[in-house]
Amino acid sequence: MSKLTRRQLIAAGAVTVAGAGGLAVAAKIARRYGLVPPDSGGIYGPGATLTYAAQRLLTRHSMAREFSRGQISAKPLQNEVAPLGDEFRRLEKAGFADWRLSVDGLVTRPGLFSVAELKSFPRRSHITMVQCEEGWSYIAEWEGVPLSHVLGLVGTAPQATHVVYRSFQTDWWESMDMADALHPQTLLTHGMNRGELPVGFGGPLRMRVTRQLGYKSVKYITSLTVTDNIKQFGKGLGSASPESGYAWFAGI
Amino acid sequence: MAETSERHSFFVRITHWLTTLAFLALLVTGLELVVSHPRFYWGEVGNVNTEPLFKIPIPASRSLVPTGYGYTLPDQNGWSRYLHFQSAWLLVLTGLVYVGVGLWRGHFRRALFPTRSDLSSKRLMGSIGEHLRFRKPGAEEAWSYNVLQRLAYLLIIFVAFPLIIWTGLAMSPSLVSAFPWTVNILGGQQSARTLHFFLTGVLVVFLAVHVFMVILAGFWSRSRAMITGRAGAGQERV
Repeated sequence: MSKLTRRQLIAAGAVTVAGAGGLAVAAKIARRYGLVPPDSGGIYGPGATLTYAAQRLLTRHSMAREFSRGQISAKPLQNEVAPLGDEFRRLEKAGFADWRLSVDGLVTRPGLFSVAELKSFPRRSHITMVQCEEGWSYIAEWEGVPLSHVLGLVGTAPQATHVVYRSFQTDWWESMDMADALHPQTLLTHGMNRGELPVGFGGPLRMRVTRQLGYKSVKYITSLTVTDNIKQFGKGLGSASPESGYAWFAGI
Repeated sequence: MAETSERHSFFVRITHWLTTLAFLALLVTGLELVVSHPRFYWGEVGNVNTEPLFKIPIPASRSLVPTGYGYTLPDQNGWSRYLHFQSAWLLVLTGLVYVGVGLWRGHFRRALFPTRSDLSSKRLMGSIGEHLRFRKPGAEEAWSYNVLQRLAYLLIIFVAFPLIIWTGLAMSPSLVSAFPWTVNILGGQQSARTLHFFLTGVLVVFLAVHVFMVILAGFWSRSRAMITGRAGAGQERV
């Protein structure tokens, strides 16, 4: 840089200061409007934050693409499932009559719901794509009760920011923000392709989050916790995914 | 004008190297992601139960994929995905700055758009002939791009990069929920993935040719021009 004049140096300094100030203000605004994901720390934090903030500004209320019945995959892919154990087999043998979904946290009426109760609630179905982070995908028809309906039943507090959801497979837990939790396509799914939801696809109860990758659509859901402080769960990164190196927000 | 004393202006140099950094990170992580499912499809969906358009005959990092190899490679998708998207942001933001400043300063008109005489068939054939004979470029090319170089850069900047960014965004389940046409006109989500892979090939070929031409023209002098801005001794402006 042979010909840096004093004027250029001053201009560069002013731009740097303005840039740093702008970033600080932007960070404050982003935090206030819920545009910062729980895994915003670390070296990949800037990218993850830009992605999440951009998606929440552009796509907060958008609907995932729905397909025609003719586009349903003839052979949907049953992902590998770790052995579920004797307790699961016992529940399965009893037709999941003893399966319970517990709902707690920032709600006025915490409760336990059986699968039969969940099936008696208003149903919604959609034909949507499951997209795995590995690159493969399939389309299926999913039926269940909108998560927003259950959140309404238990009386979710207005200051809630996230819903944590856990699997029978105890090392698998996830969370989503209220934009997804109250999204009409987000279902506590109990049916698939006009039948019962098979165990291989997450039966008796799977969370379907249509605008994110498959790993947010957790299988074998056993509990929900509504919270306004997502950092208090696990290692404070929002879910088990960032703890094993994957982005919390999987909408890309 | 500052540009008369420099081969490459500061904004060209900084955006060139930021793009290089982002592209190499995207390339490495992108290939790593392919390893988790080295099969490509056409249309909306594809998985190991459906017929692929083609397969890459490499072992996979996931046991789900029948590759014919008796082992799986280590799975590196977590950080690869994080870094891929972070680098994509760097690439896109750098690209926006480059195109914005470039338009404002007339960089494309001056340095990249071929002149009418450049595009005459005689000049074009002459330039193609010189390239085919791997002729070391003359002194005038230390200060200006030849016509094939201009056309190649324009295609990469205004066609290949926009397409690879578009096909990448078309794989985002969240983004296509708001803008479904971005994936629908490509023929589906798996088509977008396959096109993204092909476009990677185009950019890798460009990179290889680009580096080869830099070596042919004089690696150190050309690299120094892109780092410091100076064309170097013995390469006075003609």
